Amino acid sequence: MSEYIIKNGHVFDPVQGIKGDKKDIFVKDNKIVDKVGSGAKVIDASGKTVMAGALEVHAHVAGPKVNAGRWYRPEDKHFDSHKTAGITRIEGGKSIPTVFKTGYEYARMGFTFAMEAAMPPLYARHVHEEIHDTPIIDEAALPVFGNNWFILEYLKNQEIENTAAYIAWVLNQTKGYGVKVVNPGGTEAWAWGLNCLSIHDPVPYFDITPAEIITGLMAANEYLGLPHSMHLHQNNLGNPGNYTTTLESLKLAEGVKAKNNFGREQVLHSTHLQFHSYKGTNWGDFESGAKEVMDYVNRQKNLTIDTGNVTLDETTTMTADGPFEHHLNSLNHLKWINVDVELETAAGVVPFIYDPDNAVFASQWAVGLELALYAKDPMRCFITTDHPNAGPFTRYPRVYAWLMSEKYRNERLNTFKKADKVISATTLANIDREITLYELAAMTRAGPAKCLGLSKDYGGLKPGMNADIAIYNINPDKFPSTGPEIEKAFAQVAYLFKDGKICVEEGKIVDMGKKHTFWVDAKVKENKQVMHDVREKFLRYYSVNENNYSVPESYAPHQHIISVDATQA
Amino acid sequence: MKTVTLTVKNVPELYLECENVNPDAFAGKTADQIAKLGGYQGKEISTLGDYFTIAGEAGATAADTKIIVNGDCTKMKYLGAKMSAGEMVINSTTDMYTGSWMTGGKLLVKGNVHSFCGLAMKGGEFTIEGDAGNYLGAAYRGDWRGMSGGVLRVKGNAGSDVATFMTGGEMIVEGDVDIHIGTHMEGGKIIVKGNANRRVGGQLVKGEIYVFGNINVMMPGFKPTGEVDLQVDGTNAKFTEYIGDLGERHPKRKGETVYGKLFLKQ
Amino acid sequence: MPKEVTDVICPFCGTLCDDLIVTVSDDNKTILGVKNACAIGAEKFNHQRLPGRVKRPRMRQADGTYKEITYDEAIDWTANMLVKSRKTLMYGWASTSCQAMSVGHDIAEKVGGIVDNCATVCHGSSLIAIEDVGVPSCTLGEVKNRADRVIFWGCNPAHAHPRHMSRYSIFPRGFFTVKGHKGRKIYTVDCRYTDTAKCSDEFIQVQQGYDYELLNAFRTAARGEVLPDTVGGVPKEKIYEIVEDLKTCRFGIIFFGMGLTHTMGRNHNIDIAINLTRDMNDYTKFAIMAMRGHWNVTGSGQVLGWQYGFPYAVDLSRRDQARHQTGETTSVDLLNRSEVEACFYIATDPGAHFPIDAMKSSAKKPTVTVDPHINCTTEISDIHIPVAMVGVEVGGCAYRMDNVPIETRKVVDPPEGMLTDEELLTKINHRVDELLAKGGA
Repeated sequence: MSEYIIKNGHVFDPVQGIKGDKKDIFVKDNKIVDKVGSGAKVIDASGKTVMAGALEVHAHVAGPKVNAGRWYRPEDKHFDSHKTAGITRIEGGKSIPTVFKTGYEYARMGFTFAMEAAMPPLYARHVHEEIHDTPIIDEAALPVFGNNWFILEYLKNQEIENTAAYIAWVLNQTKGYGVKVVNPGGTEAWAWGLNCLSIHDPVPYFDITPAEIITGLMAANEYLGLPHSMHLHQNNLGNPGNYTTTLESLKLAEGVKAKNNFGREQVLHSTHLQFHSYKGTNWGDFESGAKEVMDYVNRQKNLTIDTGNVTLDETTTMTADGPFEHHLNSLNHLKWINVDVELETAAGVVPFIYDPDNAVFASQWAVGLELALYAKDPMRCFITTDHPNAGPFTRYPRVYAWLMSEKYRNERLNTFKKADKVISATTLANIDREITLYELAAMTRAGPAKCLGLSKDYGGLKPGMNADIAIYNINPDKFPSTGPEIEKAFAQVAYLFKDGKICVEEGKIVDMGKKHTFWVDAKVKENKQVMHDVREKFLRYYSVNENNYSVPESYAPHQHIISVDATQA
Repeated sequence: MKTVTLTVKNVPELYLECENVNPDAFAGKTADQIAKLGGYQGKEISTLGDYFTIAGEAGATAADTKIIVNGDCTKMKYLGAKMSAGEMVINSTTDMYTGSWMTGGKLLVKGNVHSFCGLAMKGGEFTIEGDAGNYLGAAYRGDWRGMSGGVLRVKGNAGSDVATFMTGGEMIVEGDVDIHIGTHMEGGKIIVKGNANRRVGGQLVKGEIYVFGNINVMMPGFKPTGEVDLQVDGTNAKFTEYIGDLGERHPKRKGETVYGKLFLKQ
Repeated sequence: MPKEVTDVICPFCGTLCDDLIVTVSDDNKTILGVKNACAIGAEKFNHQRLPGRVKRPRMRQADGTYKEITYDEAIDWTANMLVKSRKTLMYGWASTSCQAMSVGHDIAEKVGGIVDNCATVCHGSSLIAIEDVGVPSCTLGEVKNRADRVIFWGCNPAHAHPRHMSRYSIFPRGFFTVKGHKGRKIYTVDCRYTDTAKCSDEFIQVQQGYDYELLNAFRTAARGEVLPDTVGGVPKEKIYEIVEDLKTCRFGIIFFGMGLTHTMGRNHNIDIAINLTRDMNDYTKFAIMAMRGHWNVTGSGQVLGWQYGFPYAVDLSRRDQARHQTGETTSVDLLNRSEVEACFYIATDPGAHFPIDAMKSSAKKPTVTVDPHINCTTEISDIHIPVAMVGVEVGGCAYRMDNVPIETRKVVDPPEGMLTDEELLTKINHRVDELLAKGGA
């Protein structure tokens, strides 16, 4: 039994509405409690900021395309691979860190959970092998459904119950967490070298539109009552003028109600919205559409978003949006990986340099920040870099600093080579909002936890919740006055508690904790039709046998199963 | 400019990683301090003093420092790697990565060099009096940024994969080269005064390759466009001009397609 | 009563057929029969019951004979060798599970090893090419369901991947390929008329060593530029005709093998083939795939990838950084240059595949070989440690040539008291820890 008192820290916890008050937090074993015995170890947090462990809602941190990005870019860790003294392994990789570095770096920044945002079901075992090897942080993975043949065939006939039963089967087979949709229909079209750029483009052969896929998957998700909502990467990513496609896609959620036992309120999570909020007709007259998109999101209470902030680094883009990576490769001519996955999805990888001297990239940087700064409800807007697409997650401290300091971001904005163009194409220069520590706690803790259906145990510091706690060397009474100071404070926690154990101390990893793999076990009524279809597709079209498809539980030695009962639905 | 003289006193059994033998690492140090710099042989960490006798002292900056290396350096890797200024003269044959990632200064090797020398060189002058191995002035694995600046001269022959992914600078091989010269090249200039074996300029996007001798087999993606009189590295001669690689993409500038060029001396 | 184990994964080549049926004696000790496997795959199972199988570690004596020793003795000797050596080559890994590799990497990081797999003498050049230019590819099921043009370039699956053609590439009927073989056009490009060429609609004979030039000609023709009359022995009319056919297909795929990876220019033959594939994607859908040979060599690349960021030849000898450079940290170069002091071989037989000079250099160094069977390498080793056969006597994860991971099945028990790779490596790891704690290095 271990007990701690985290004494005199400035606590920021949107779950309890605590806004920086000095408060003691008590930890007993893996839980936050009301009180502890006199033998409890005291952690002096005076002059420090105390928050729950942060939750990453969308990042590409484990799986086949992430790993392809790792090994085909030896230059990404040349002169970068290193080992720090102590219990850690060798760490390497600037834009796509190795699994060891991924776990350590998240922990050093105060994160205790990360969601792998796109798991091809056929490659699920690979995703879990990497999750297994990623130390400290809890993880889960979202299987992709938006281009899956079963889904396309069921939704063509509006068979929501069959869609739901198939989703439940896949979650069980792949040890997956929820429903990810990437460029619905477009990626299947890509198997023939085509794409769906609007939500009304028909998917070749399957006679269905992206709009129908989105609507149907949203319905199936609520039919099952999953902890997370449908998680959507919209069509037409990264193209000028795409904000209209984005708004059209988001409008599909109007009137849809969340139905679940997890306290989740949204029915659609729109991811890396930065890439979907562009006005204009080409890169010459490109403008920010962040205001229009966020005005809509602010009004619609059943939506959540994450930002996808461009960090202005050399990085590696990777997405299940296969046609987009092909398009990107035709723009920058850097090495292109593509993998089409039978019956399910595809993925592409291309290195990318967000050169701050380029007006478009600098404007993308501004769009990402605008989204967060226009968000009225920080419980529905989360900060991501769509790691590694818009930048590596290790840049979060810098993104926080840009959001928390108007001066810091204006310094950046005004020193761009094409500053005039960026300022006129975006509205960032007119925004004086600075995100507060309390808002940041909502955007990175309480909000993501609620969005993922984990708010009962994670994202807050209320007694009874899991003891995942980050303590930063930030005194809110003397908030750091410069950007680099803010960055430094968020890059290295003073302490990180994971499941009640100290895993990081002053930025140094001291314990590997006990990492959990979260997955959702959804029970549905027996569905003979779906099981027949599964058998048939494996016999005729898959290249593996059905019995060799599922991921055994041994791949997640410490699994955290969230059960859902949809047998009465 | 102050001079440090290193003389090999112990030849390493396996090899020695000499990433600390360059004007930047020596700058501001006395002979004793230099002797304490690390040298690596697998997991064994030793010091430069274990392998070299060190005389003289370094200047305050890299630019003020000249290093002379004497003795058998056949198993010394990374000599002069990443140097940004100053001067180095190596009176021996050296191992891999000599002068790689060099950004400035002058480096002279009086013997031969092994593979990966001048890798991704950005600037400075690097002269090899003997022969060079493979991947001279090429890019590191996976990188699309090979040699981008400076002048690299080999007085002898060079191996294969010379100047892969070259984007700038000038490389002169006075002898012969083997296969795959300037593959994936996007800029810069390669001059081969001897013969080139095969596969010259494969997947060439931009840049210029001059060959004085023969090319055993010409790539099908190169097309002759005429004759030109040129002065190349001090030689006046008539060259046949080719454009290519026509199988590769080529950028457009002001509506005109920019091809890579190959000049073959008549 | 003998029983049948179904959905068994073949532990031989990178095709990883997962539909084998193995009949096993009721005591779970003997394999009685194998169905669905090719001749090579079936033989792999039959090895399990060969008489004279080595069941305990053997140590070479001064007179060249081998003496049986205990696992503990072998583990202690191995751990001491690893701790003492300044740089150790830890080569192989292709016939073991990803779980075992992970333990091996942990050891390598502690003792300063170089982890290399048999890509180093096989598709390593393909990996370099992918590092340089990427790769547009797909899973094998995509080929089955969509491909109407299939090109075998410098590979001969009829011999090396016997069931590849029937399961994925030539004969199967898929969702959009209901006519099977009849709906596909098959090309074979090779310098000799292979058995795969016999199954093809068209055979293009390329002069040996001219693959790069021919691929360059394909790309040049695709852009509508002029060609010389023949390239690599192929007339230009033929080249234009094929390129036109490829541009107008629905889904094309190039499979390539040693004919590209191990002929002049190596990685460049592949990077230009990849670039041809990329070009074709401007007109239609095209993919390219390496015919990875040795069973789980792909898995070794994946595990090294997520742990260190490089697919093979990972140099951990400094213990504080991972490095990778083909030509320097690759096994054959290390042995030829005598840059390592000891060799640890596991689950692959370098003695049968490395150049003779490399093996001569290896034979002079302390060597431990971990392998279920006696092979060329065990006979030049100081110690041979036999282990259970992965995919036959123990399960574990393996990756197919298209990187699809499949959990292999255990079908019979290993001989009494025999350790698995993972168990053995875990014990070596513990012994290394003990030695290091005592200040071994």
